[in-house]
Amino acid sequence: MIVEILSGAVRGGTSILYAGLGESVSERSGVINLGTEGAMLVGALGGYAVTAQTGNPWIGVLGGAAAGALLSLVHAVLVVSRGANQFASGLTLFFLALGLTSLFGTGYVSRQINAFTPVKVPVLGDLPVVGPVLFQHDPLVYVAFVAAPLVWWVLFRTRAGLLLRTAGERSDALVVHGYSVTRVRYVATVVGGALAGVGGAHLSIAYANSWFEGMVAGRGFIAVALVIFGMWNPITIAGGAYLFGAALSLASVLQAGGVAVNQFALDVVPFVLTLVVLAVLGKRTLLAAPDELLKVLDNSTSR
Amino acid sequence: MRIIRRTRLALAAALAAAAVAALAACSPAASSGGGSDASAEAPGAGATKIGFIAVGPKDDFGYNQAVYQGVEALREALPGVEVIDAYNIPEDDSAATTMESMIAQGATIIFATSYGHLDAAKKVAEAHPDVVVVHQGGLLDPAPANMGTYFGSVFEPVYLAGIAAGAATETGKLGYVYAIPIPQTLANINAYTLGAQTVRPDVEVIAVSTTSWCTPGTQADRVASLLAKGVDVMTQHQDCTKTIIEATEAAGAYTVGYHADASELAPEGWLTGSEWNWGPLYTQIAQTAIDGDFVGSEFNGNYRADMASGANPFVASEFGPSVSEETKALIAAAAAELEAGGSPFEGPVTAQDGTVKVAEGETPSIETIEQMDYFVKGVTGTTS
Repeated sequence: MIVEILSGAVRGGTSILYAGLGESVSERSGVINLGTEGAMLVGALGGYAVTAQTGNPWIGVLGGAAAGALLSLVHAVLVVSRGANQFASGLTLFFLALGLTSLFGTGYVSRQINAFTPVKVPVLGDLPVVGPVLFQHDPLVYVAFVAAPLVWWVLFRTRAGLLLRTAGERSDALVVHGYSVTRVRYVATVVGGALAGVGGAHLSIAYANSWFEGMVAGRGFIAVALVIFGMWNPITIAGGAYLFGAALSLASVLQAGGVAVNQFALDVVPFVLTLVVLAVLGKRTLLAAPDELLKVLDNSTSR
Repeated sequence: MRIIRRTRLALAAALAAAAVAALAACSPAASSGGGSDASAEAPGAGATKIGFIAVGPKDDFGYNQAVYQGVEALREALPGVEVIDAYNIPEDDSAATTMESMIAQGATIIFATSYGHLDAAKKVAEAHPDVVVVHQGGLLDPAPANMGTYFGSVFEPVYLAGIAAGAATETGKLGYVYAIPIPQTLANINAYTLGAQTVRPDVEVIAVSTTSWCTPGTQADRVASLLAKGVDVMTQHQDCTKTIIEATEAAGAYTVGYHADASELAPEGWLTGSEWNWGPLYTQIAQTAIDGDFVGSEFNGNYRADMASGANPFVASEFGPSVSEETKALIAAAAAELEAGGSPFEGPVTAQDGTVKVAEGETPSIETIEQMDYFVKGVTGTTS
């Protein structure tokens, strides 16, 4: 049963992982995007539609990323160029995405696609316990294993990452050195949206292999919370994403195993988990926040 | 100071305007003609427009697709009547708004086709005594003069499908993915289990809930867990069935369908299923209302058609390639018994905890079945 829960954790947490990585990039530069759920939704539909039209799920992933990037570009225009309230902008874009995807997705509900199928990694996939937990999943899960350390490395070991973090800690320092804070934040928000779009695409073209309105079911919001209690560190965010994946798949494993737990109570577990972790970590989460983000938390805008 | 006062004034004016607008929008739509002339004409008589609302999309390979197919059949059967159909109507007040707008367009018969549309349907029926409002699957106690509910004995073809499942399984484990433990679903799961037990008494049916009528992500997860447990025949009570059936087929397990014929999704694993054939019943109800005979008719109440009446709108699906002739014969024999007035729940029926829910030789009434709140022995799962 433990192996099943862990395997389900990796499988189910991958979409949240991509969205969490995206949101951490965006927030590290000083932009909170509550529309991450919306980016995942357009990514899910975009990925599904492109896969259906082209027959190639990898192109579908690109389509999902592009869709997520596009939605987040709107968010960037509103909050970076126009100085709008970041929370309101994000949430509004989420509702817009929900409506748009429900409307344009009706034609894809019954459409079958050439989806990603699980690929067993040779040798590693045959190991006891570790094999089924880590190495018998679809390709996007394997890409996620690499994505988290990659994002960490870019943020903390490259010049681009330094610029991005400076935009989020002390934007004046960027200005003094002649860089454009606006440009950095635009790029960060769009990249964040693209990653969230990939997370959404994972749901529709690898995990469930279907599209249905609202299918992201709150994972985008879990990702936003995850970034906070993962303290903006891609590695802890990855761990947190898999923890949530475990909470989500717990319901399936317990029910199939005949354990008599109320199904609605199990639905609540991921969200109660968030509250517990936030309560335990408490002030530490706020202290770890990038300084410019604290400004946003105070004023709801970056000005 | 002056600026602040002006702003405050403007704000107050805006709020007042908004409040008036909200009140105007929320007041019940002025129904044509009020109540005084309603007694002269029967509700729905001479209808030229009929409205349908459905909770999901018309191509979900499931419940709502079946409604759509019924609507199309109705259009063919009554070419002189315009049928307005609306899909993706949620189970809340927006259902009432949609029905009201159909009535405003001239519809005098309304079909509300999802379980959760009942409250909205009751409200609309009360506001428009000249409109026939019929609800798919609910229970009215009592039924107002212009309202009725209708449904089929869904559990009867599901019982027959259970026989096919019990015969096909090699591991002895059957999977059932459902939404919410409402009586209709529990009756289905129990009938399926009882059917399977007639050919394989030691069969185990693992029932897992997704707590929603269609969430592909959750469905995928539930199916993965069931397959990991050794389930080799999968069925479901969900509105959309594509995700579950595709995942089952990819794993090489058998599929039993529900709501609609989805055999094209599972060319090898499809055993059988049950599907809706709403056309004849929709036409019957509509014609009765158009003829002015709705009040006091069998439809002006809780109409349930079972196989014995010959008019059950829920029918068994076509068999798939792997069903043996013996199994088909067994199913035909069981179907004949049901058509002769038998019931899948003929006693003795024992619940999971050992209590005898239906005594030997007894047959529960349809009202009792539609209030079922337990799983029978052989089902792994919890109702609460």
